Amino acid sequence: MKYSIFSLARNALSHHEHWPLAWRNPAPKPRYDAVIIGGGGHGLATAYYLAKEHGLADIAVLEKGYLGGGNTGRNTTIVRSNYHLDPNAHFYELSLKLWEGLSRDLNFNVMYSARGVLNLVHTPADMDAAIRRGNAMRLNGIDAKFMTTAEIARWIPNLDCSPGARFPIHGGLLQPRGGTVRHDAVAWGYARAADARGVDIIQQCEVTGLRIEDGAVVGVDTTRGYIATPKVGLAVAGNSSRLAAMAGLRLPIETHVLQALVSDPVKPVLDAVVTSGAVHFYISQSDKGELVMGGDLDFCNSYAQRGNLPIIEHVVAACLALFPSFGRLKVMRTWGGICDMTMDGSPIIGTLPVRGLTMTGGWCYGGFKATPASGWLHAYTMARGEPHPLNAAFTLGRFAEGRTIDEKGAGPVPWAH
Amino acid sequence: MLLIPCPWCGPRSQVEFTYGGDATVRRPAQDAPEAAWFAYVYLRDNPCGPHDELWLHGAGCRRWFKVRRDTRTHEILGSARLHQTLTGGQA
Repeated sequence: MKYSIFSLARNALSHHEHWPLAWRNPAPKPRYDAVIIGGGGHGLATAYYLAKEHGLADIAVLEKGYLGGGNTGRNTTIVRSNYHLDPNAHFYELSLKLWEGLSRDLNFNVMYSARGVLNLVHTPADMDAAIRRGNAMRLNGIDAKFMTTAEIARWIPNLDCSPGARFPIHGGLLQPRGGTVRHDAVAWGYARAADARGVDIIQQCEVTGLRIEDGAVVGVDTTRGYIATPKVGLAVAGNSSRLAAMAGLRLPIETHVLQALVSDPVKPVLDAVVTSGAVHFYISQSDKGELVMGGDLDFCNSYAQRGNLPIIEHVVAACLALFPSFGRLKVMRTWGGICDMTMDGSPIIGTLPVRGLTMTGGWCYGGFKATPASGWLHAYTMARGEPHPLNAAFTLGRFAEGRTIDEKGAGPVPWAH
Repeated sequence: MLLIPCPWCGPRSQVEFTYGGDATVRRPAQDAPEAAWFAYVYLRDNPCGPHDELWLHGAGCRRWFKVRRDTRTHEILGSARLHQTLTGGQA
């Protein structure tokens, strides 16, 4: 069924009791042309673009829990493409362009809100880096604008732009097209659109092994039986090392937990995404009115999907230093998601050294905004057996070849990016 | 909040410590093949379960030491000085 004003009116007349299910709940078949492991945004997007762009219909998405129950439901919903290095800039710009048309493409409102992403600068070195990055973005055809402190103070009156602030604000780099997207809607929209193209979405089905013969993948063992397939795509960021280990591979990845939190909901007070690299903090306001904020990793390996209080304290302290008026708000909820932290801070989208096996992962803590382009390029790579020019730089082999994509220049440390 | 048992100072709050990563990684010999150096610099087992790791007691004795910690639960299974063998858990 196509969602429209007419379907809404028609179902309103029957008290919304006859909406069809958005996707089926099929039992797994013994064989598929392609299997995608991971029913979050990246896996569902891969399935959708495999069906839409490459004509594959016999596809299964296997999810160990429920759709969007991992990092798709745990992020802070920010989308942007304000990167410095060329491979990242072109990749994330493809993603932002797909976000701009996604609601129409999926016939599902993902609530893309181009409210602007503002990176604050607090020091002369910050300023130089921001202007350099802004210039690089503009050379790559991406929108970027440097804002003065006075312009920022006019736009965001509750941000402390005074010279006496704990972290004085000297300006900021704005990407106007950056903003937020409703994260759950991304999983649901891709799931519904993929299902409509014949993709089997199988929940409560955990992969327990990969079967490999003569260097090629032939199937997957799951908690719901064996499934034969010549193509397996991993979209399991946070657990990429565990799945790769089933194929005998070690990855340049450590798994770390990243926390976020929301305040109680209030009326609109903040119509931008504001970030500060210097104090490790970012904040935006959800459509429900909660202030959504986060900061750094907990800085030790974790698969626990929950973190500890010192980071929460750091985030709240940073919030109050920048927005003193938020001191009366209460923390309503905190949570954690587990991230693939790669050794250069950039993702891995490409083939693996087993025929038929591909992955999209290594998202560090920036995977949500990448969802559409990750799915689009992973689907291309699965269908063709080789990467598209836009993900050719994001190979697993780049680490051994000395072609890392180190946006921050931090070197081979998995928790420094 | 982690309560980390420093083998020199006893149990202390995690805010006194800095993480140092996987303690099982070993620097290869100077003339080791490139593949060994690549594995040393980049590849990690990244286990989901007991993990042997390095910590620095920066706000205490300022010494590095080893901790065995379960990455699923954050439970600390044991700690030891660098030259000692970790016990506890099944890493």
